[in-house]
Amino acid sequence: MRDVAIIASAQAVNTATTTATPVEMLIPVVNQVLANAGMARSDIGFWCHGSCDYMTGQPFSFVSAVDALGAWPPIIESHVEADGAFALYEAWMKIQTGEVDTALVFGNGRSSSGDINRILTLQLDPYVVGPLWPDDRSIAAMQARACLEAGVITERAMAQIAARNHHNALTNPVALRRGEHSVEQLLAAPLVASPLRELDCPAHSDGVTAVIIAAGDRARSLRARPAWIRGIDHRIESQNLGNRSMTTLPSAVIAAQKAGVANDKIDVAELHAPYTHQELLLTAALGLGESTSINPSGGALCANPMMSAGLARFAEAAARIMDGSADRALGHASSGPWLQQNLVCVLEGE
Amino acid sequence: MSDDVLRIRTPIGIKYQYSAGPRVSSHLIGLMEGRFVGKRCPSCHLVYMPPRNGTCAKCGCLLGEDVEVGQRGTITTFCVVNVPFLGQTIKIPYVAATILLDGADMGMQHLIQEVEATEVRMGMRVEPVWRPREEWQPSMENVLYFRPTGEPDAPYESYAGQL
Repeated sequence: MRDVAIIASAQAVNTATTTATPVEMLIPVVNQVLANAGMARSDIGFWCHGSCDYMTGQPFSFVSAVDALGAWPPIIESHVEADGAFALYEAWMKIQTGEVDTALVFGNGRSSSGDINRILTLQLDPYVVGPLWPDDRSIAAMQARACLEAGVITERAMAQIAARNHHNALTNPVALRRGEHSVEQLLAAPLVASPLRELDCPAHSDGVTAVIIAAGDRARSLRARPAWIRGIDHRIESQNLGNRSMTTLPSAVIAAQKAGVANDKIDVAELHAPYTHQELLLTAALGLGESTSINPSGGALCANPMMSAGLARFAEAAARIMDGSADRALGHASSGPWLQQNLVCVLEGE
Repeated sequence: MSDDVLRIRTPIGIKYQYSAGPRVSSHLIGLMEGRFVGKRCPSCHLVYMPPRNGTCAKCGCLLGEDVEVGQRGTITTFCVVNVPFLGQTIKIPYVAATILLDGADMGMQHLIQEVEATEVRMGMRVEPVWRPREEWQPSMENVLYFRPTGEPDAPYESYAGQL
């Protein structure tokens, strides 16, 4: 295996709406991540993009993203119909082949183009569940209800997650939502999809994240303290909701095990948990304890730019390594209903 | 067998709000005023008309200043449409052409009329025929079609770089 590290990242300020086109949103962030790395476009060996055509409602809309890259002379480029974190996984494998030493990975989404809670319905089984048109919040609420009834979580614990993330987001300049809320205030708020309250649900946003990864000495020459990828693993659960556990996350457990999460103490974990109860489930599945600082950025509760929020978690976790405030960090990205897909990455300083 | 469900209908409806973006907007506003407004790439200096999605794909940068280009242009290449298809609104045979407007560095597609299809040629000079002003929208459809100006053909060298 080649040693590969995250050496730079950049994020757009998350907004509730935007009038810019997706490619107009991308260009400043691509420029920024290159500047942060001290690299030119010609220094990038491989480009990998994560986005979803359902976000824009335009087939093949991802093709226009190549316009942000300056693809002349021709470049090596790929796309995943998923969060940018999954593009990072592909880029990491591309570097493993030895074909390239550097990759620029980016994810973007304009959640405001349509009703995002309804658009997400389209990722459900199209024969039995999709035609009932349960929206994203309702599907998540079913899981939260099952967990409460099973005694796996409490409403108070959910409110504590909301309070901490919104507090943490006070120092995150790109967050969409932030603020101080007491647990009592949160529990007194009205239900939006029982048992979920507004601040139990993700702050869907328009956003962009870009990350540069590099191999071995190339990474060391570009960053004093790269965030080395020591383990990375992606596991997926059944698409059939009836086959799924509603109170545990077996795929996250396996991904954590394969990525080597338990090999040493995790200082910081950035979890892509769109809903408060999902952060509780993930924390348990990943085996994280009191000594781990979870979501210092405020997480997806405070900014959930579709197709970029997972990569943003990787960027935030890597930033803690690169600035020396953490030695070992966990980046997590998810996709699908009830955290169907889990990608776990362990990052370390040298 | 007879009781098996062989197919189901599951209608999908999602409403999207499309945004042209700030750079294409100045182009669309220009069309509302009967003008062709393109944009210059600040890096390679080419004038895009229309300004695509607000970016220069070659340089990977945002387009810069507005540039109003000429109304007249040159046919760089064309095709004769002879095939009838559902929803066709124009009588065949007709000509779809790439037109390089004067002052632009990128060709655009439009319809050629008021001339026999057999008469259309590369280098032919053309001008737009606009709809009545009261029908103007933020759309290239404000131009019904292009027609020959009667000027001498543009020399091949003047558009060879477009081919």
